[in-house]
Amino acid sequence: MAEYINLDPQYSASVESFFNSSPEAEVSLEFIIPEKDFNVAGKGSAEVKNLLKRLGIDPEILRRVAVASYEAEINVAAHSRGGKMVSDVYDELIHISFIDEGPGIKDIAQAMQPGFSTADDLVREMGFGAGLGLPNIKKNSDWMKLTSEYGQHTNLEFIIFFE
Amino acid sequence: MTLQEITSLLEAEVLTRETDMNKPIPCAFASDLISDILMCTKEPTLLLTGLANTQVIRLSDMIDISAIVFVRGKQPTQELIEMAEERGLPLLRTKLTMYRSSGLLFNAGLRSCKI
Repeated sequence: MAEYINLDPQYSASVESFFNSSPEAEVSLEFIIPEKDFNVAGKGSAEVKNLLKRLGIDPEILRRVAVASYEAEINVAAHSRGGKMVSDVYDELIHISFIDEGPGIKDIAQAMQPGFSTADDLVREMGFGAGLGLPNIKKNSDWMKLTSEYGQHTNLEFIIFFE
Repeated sequence: MTLQEITSLLEAEVLTRETDMNKPIPCAFASDLISDILMCTKEPTLLLTGLANTQVIRLSDMIDISAIVFVRGKQPTQELIEMAEERGLPLLRTKLTMYRSSGLLFNAGLRSCKI
């Protein structure tokens, strides 16, 4: 099992206390992401964004959540056999995780490199496959963790604080 | 710059119904890569693109796109046009290339969006 973690140092104490206290989510939303269905892909992220908007979250935070979530949702649709996204909203943060049905990532360090992509022609024709999905998720989140075992499944989760 | 001025400059066709042609457009960005569009749109922006699939409309759910110009004569499907109409998102289509369209708008004073 290989893993990659990125953490904005200013949030290290908050992230640690979040996982230690394992609080109950205020709101939880779950969406199925079917394989290669680009009519559905992105719907979950749009709904999460609308929910946060109704809760009065700052527009710049909304934009970061939407971008990171959309990139991750597209990754599941484009690269896996399908999966799901689970968004948990708390008072101070949102935690979103994406769990897919495989086939896993061969080399996580390589996958994190801006510009590296394994996207097929169909996906590239649609304007994806620039190799910027994971780097954009990293850039827009305060904490992210990518876990994968080649031949098994991939799990990506990230946290974005509201302040 | 208004949508009307942009339409004239690009000799464009308006694809959406009930489009507010007086809508002010503060700045623009041009790209065919979805990840770039996502990262470079931080304020209300006119998007020039050759991508004519429904994910381009999905993008407008995530970021603040004021209107879309399809360049190089790309014709989106009726489904895409309806998705845009539901969102009140104006769509234009021009036969001009992305380079020429961008040049014309830039020379007429439409600034590049902040990235």
